[in-house]
Amino acid sequence: MIRLENVSKVYSRGARPALDGIDIEIERGDFVFLVGSSGSGKSTFLKLILREERPTGGDVYVAGRHLNKLSAWRVPHLRREIGAVFQDFRLLPNKTVYQNVSFALQVIGKGRREIDSTVPEMLELVGLAGKERRMPHELSGGEQQRVAIARAFVNRPPILLCDEPTGNLDPGTSVGIMRLLDRINRTGTTVLMATHDDEIVDQMRKRVIELKGGHLVRDQDRGVYGLERA
Amino acid sequence: MRLRFIFGEVFNGLRRNSTMALSVVLVTFVSLTFVGAAALIQTQIGQLQDDWYGQVEVSVFLCPVQSVEEQCAQGEATPAQEQAILDVLENGSVAALVESVEYESKEEAYENFEARADSSLAQYLTADDMQASFRVKLTDPSQFQVVADATQGLPGVEEVQDQREIFDQLFAFLNAATLVAAGLAAVMLLTAVLLITTTVRLSALSRKRETTIMRMVGSSRTLIQLPFMLEGAVAATAGALLAALGLWFGVQYLVQDWLSSSVGWVDYVSGDDVLAIAPWLIVIAFGLAAFASLLTLGRYTRA
Repeated sequence: MIRLENVSKVYSRGARPALDGIDIEIERGDFVFLVGSSGSGKSTFLKLILREERPTGGDVYVAGRHLNKLSAWRVPHLRREIGAVFQDFRLLPNKTVYQNVSFALQVIGKGRREIDSTVPEMLELVGLAGKERRMPHELSGGEQQRVAIARAFVNRPPILLCDEPTGNLDPGTSVGIMRLLDRINRTGTTVLMATHDDEIVDQMRKRVIELKGGHLVRDQDRGVYGLERA
Repeated sequence: MRLRFIFGEVFNGLRRNSTMALSVVLVTFVSLTFVGAAALIQTQIGQLQDDWYGQVEVSVFLCPVQSVEEQCAQGEATPAQEQAILDVLENGSVAALVESVEYESKEEAYENFEARADSSLAQYLTADDMQASFRVKLTDPSQFQVVADATQGLPGVEEVQDQREIFDQLFAFLNAATLVAAGLAAVMLLTAVLLITTTVRLSALSRKRETTIMRMVGSSRTLIQLPFMLEGAVAATAGALLAALGLWFGVQYLVQDWLSSSVGWVDYVSGDDVLAIAPWLIVIAFGLAAFASLLTLGRYTRA
């Protein structure tokens, strides 16, 4: 589903590479934690997959596409195959819960009928049935993140990228979000989650990929957050 | 769905950014009014040339009784000299250019003068103070110089005058007016482009959140950028329509109603001429907006 072959990324000439010689393969239906301290290259990793950045060296394959050769006008099609969730939710403050989710379908040209049937289903899945008409500021942080996940997943992409989705949430709420992501993963969706949250990683016991200074230092099935605690 | 989305975004953008949109409308309005005015002046010049050049004559003035001109030192033109001049015009090398020749004797000239001018002035003059002339109509008025050269040096000719010279001053004035209008238009159009650029940029920045999400969920670049482009285009087109309307009213009330009643012998531009240039004004407005948007959008809604 996602494959990186000897991928390097250098942002400015002479600077230390953000990623250096990364080889990794993530299969369809995997649930993978991407861990590492700030500046380890996690964000660059995600940006390469979303093709917000291009690699300086090596090849990136996502959802059957060779991203090095993907022309700019095909990029939107790639992004429709990848749902993205962020630490800061990125909801539109002047739209209701329902509108926030339907917006994602509207702007990729889906018809009204499809939107009207898919959006309530998705809100049901993330546990927000009955809150369709709330505005984002009327929701708790956990609920806002659920809206963001609904928006990312409403198009049923085969890949879900999560960049610190629990970073702004308290532990109790985070568990709820993780259950939701786990449920989405069980539908066959590949989930790649960058995180700092050691408790969650330790609890879930999923595959863990650790980056350090741009190098891949660990790729472990059923791993935990820190090596020293394994 | 997409169309509704696009138009909804355009409408929202214009509403949220209404002062900027209004300023774009007004600046395009003023600049295109100047463009239109320049075009109308040129149309007017064209009409006058068609109208007048067909009627103008070349006047070959013959030596009068007392002339201070050197070539008339031998006194009044004799009938033999007159015949020689007529021969040149009707049978000579320039005959092909000449449509008709009319002879106006000094007595006729006096009568015409008397009829036209104050009789109080005419009473101090006699037919001998006037001069005889040939009034030559040309098949092609622009060939004046050839006819003038052929007759200028002939004995008995005092002066060859092209009536177009009288109009040429008017046309020179109108052409200068066109240049002024076009110059102002150019400056205003530049202002319009800069203003549209700023407006589109502001609009794009104020909707950064939306466009970021649109990019993220994979909406096409067209769908992301089109609303901004249309926003500028709609405002600019509104300005063009206002300009067309303003010009139409100007022509209708200033030129047709007012100028025609005070100076009636001219065929003025009409509302139809404004309608003829209106589509071009809209095309210019639309093109400007598209150009300005392209200039800006690449940077602010990166795909």
